[in-house]
Amino acid sequence: MDKITIEKIRSEFPILNEKIYDKPLIYFDNGATTQKPQCVLDRIIYGYEHLNANIHRGVHFLSQRATEAHENARKTVGDFLGTDKREEIIFTRGTTEAINLVAFSFGEAFCNEGDEIVVSVMEHHSNIVPWQMLCERKKMTLRVIPMNEKGELDMDIYKSLLNERTRIVSVTHVSNVLGTINPVKQIIEIAHAQNIPVLIDGAQAVPHIAVDVKELDVDFYVFSGHKIYAPTGIGALYGKEKWLNAIPPYQGGGEMIATVRFEKTTYNELPFKFEAGTPDYIGSTALAEAVRYVQEIGIENIAAYEHELTVYATKRIQEIENVRIIGQADEKSAVVSFLVGEIHPYDIGMLLDRLGIAVRTGHHCAQPLIDSLGIPGTVRASFSLYNTKEEIDIFIEALKRVVMMLS
Amino acid sequence: MSINEIQDNIIEEFEQFDDWMDKYALLIDLGNSLEPLEDKDKTPQNIIEGCQSRVWLNAEYNNGIITYQGESDAILVKGIVSLLIQVMSNHTPDEILNTELYFIDKIGLKEHLSPTRSNGLVAMVKQMKMYALAFKSKGN
Repeated sequence: MDKITIEKIRSEFPILNEKIYDKPLIYFDNGATTQKPQCVLDRIIYGYEHLNANIHRGVHFLSQRATEAHENARKTVGDFLGTDKREEIIFTRGTTEAINLVAFSFGEAFCNEGDEIVVSVMEHHSNIVPWQMLCERKKMTLRVIPMNEKGELDMDIYKSLLNERTRIVSVTHVSNVLGTINPVKQIIEIAHAQNIPVLIDGAQAVPHIAVDVKELDVDFYVFSGHKIYAPTGIGALYGKEKWLNAIPPYQGGGEMIATVRFEKTTYNELPFKFEAGTPDYIGSTALAEAVRYVQEIGIENIAAYEHELTVYATKRIQEIENVRIIGQADEKSAVVSFLVGEIHPYDIGMLLDRLGIAVRTGHHCAQPLIDSLGIPGTVRASFSLYNTKEEIDIFIEALKRVVMMLS
Repeated sequence: MSINEIQDNIIEEFEQFDDWMDKYALLIDLGNSLEPLEDKDKTPQNIIEGCQSRVWLNAEYNNGIITYQGESDAILVKGIVSLLIQVMSNHTPDEILNTELYFIDKIGLKEHLSPTRSNGLVAMVKQMKMYALAFKSKGN
């Protein structure tokens, strides 16, 4: 993307005009959450101004309009992920809730004492803890795929972990700490050869690379809206229809029922079976708007531009003496995690903040990964389509200044 | 010197700097010159886990006076640990319990003591007072 396009994109994100300690904001914490373009912000207001009524149950015009908008949003998200079955898209509060849903409901239906779940060492806590809770509940074992020194999963060990007791494999598409893009298609093929279903955590992938659930043949795929320019509190679970039909509801309440009698309640069909209570139809329509925004620019264009930024930042950061880049996989997304000498990440993060630069420091909710690397955490710069090489230049100069202070 | 006199001295020391960079440079110096905690005191009981950085705190009670030793793996946090020890150490449990810590706010470093930073410092201040409470009841 050329400079003019980037300038236009930047002008669509009002928050980029903010000043932090009188300095222009440089926002490199996109892995945690992204900023929102005006069209998404407008869509939220539009929702409350023009289509606010409880959905799926009103006979009146406004309720019909809101229902239609929510269901159209489901179709938009489905198209984006590559499914034409709207019932395969369940709206959730985000990735965490989606994984909890699968861990609970799949666990209820298919897991028993002595069974095993496979995750990887580079998982976010949200793709570890729900499975640990299931393992505790059902007396099962969690098996962990290790990685090599570049930050790539060890596929041989992965294969050796699968056996007749493995019930599901749950792995991240892109590591939030290392930026590694995992070979998920291969991971899925290997599991499927033994009839084991796979969940892929797409939180760090969907904003950055093209995803096609049908092409991947993935069983469950989850992501969060707020990491792809949509508001917080909305996300989605894609699930193959056969699995979603085979597992019980996660939460009970309105909307998810067919009939309720004190003797026996029957559940609604997909996707409503998994959407108890009033759904976040304002969130879903804003998420659809964010998806359209990404589609208009083109996910391939975004991926190419972010790759350019990542390569440039990786090259320039090596000007810093004693810098160590954490995560050097061949296939990497828009993340540069690093350490400088013995300097603690917190110190670098606090001082960069005073210079108007927002980065993430610490263990990034991936403590087992950080522990396995034997480091206290990392400083992470994560990029988005509105970042620029000029910002990276300012960041590098700031980093040099900060490192000098701390050395 | 009373606790508040020490706090006022620190405020004065930091007031000579207008630029935050100089304040941070001083904080880094303080962190670097803090006497390291002996390995024997770096026990699991003395650790205060923050999400971002870790703080160790140890306390001793002799002749009615508490002395604190502490450390952190992050230098800015260590600088503030050093200031907190300067202020709180060598006082009686009552003096410590009755203290209102205002200097951090006054020297413009309050963001480090915000619970949202999760660097272990808020828990450290609480722990310092817990020690005072424990020693006080023991003393009585």
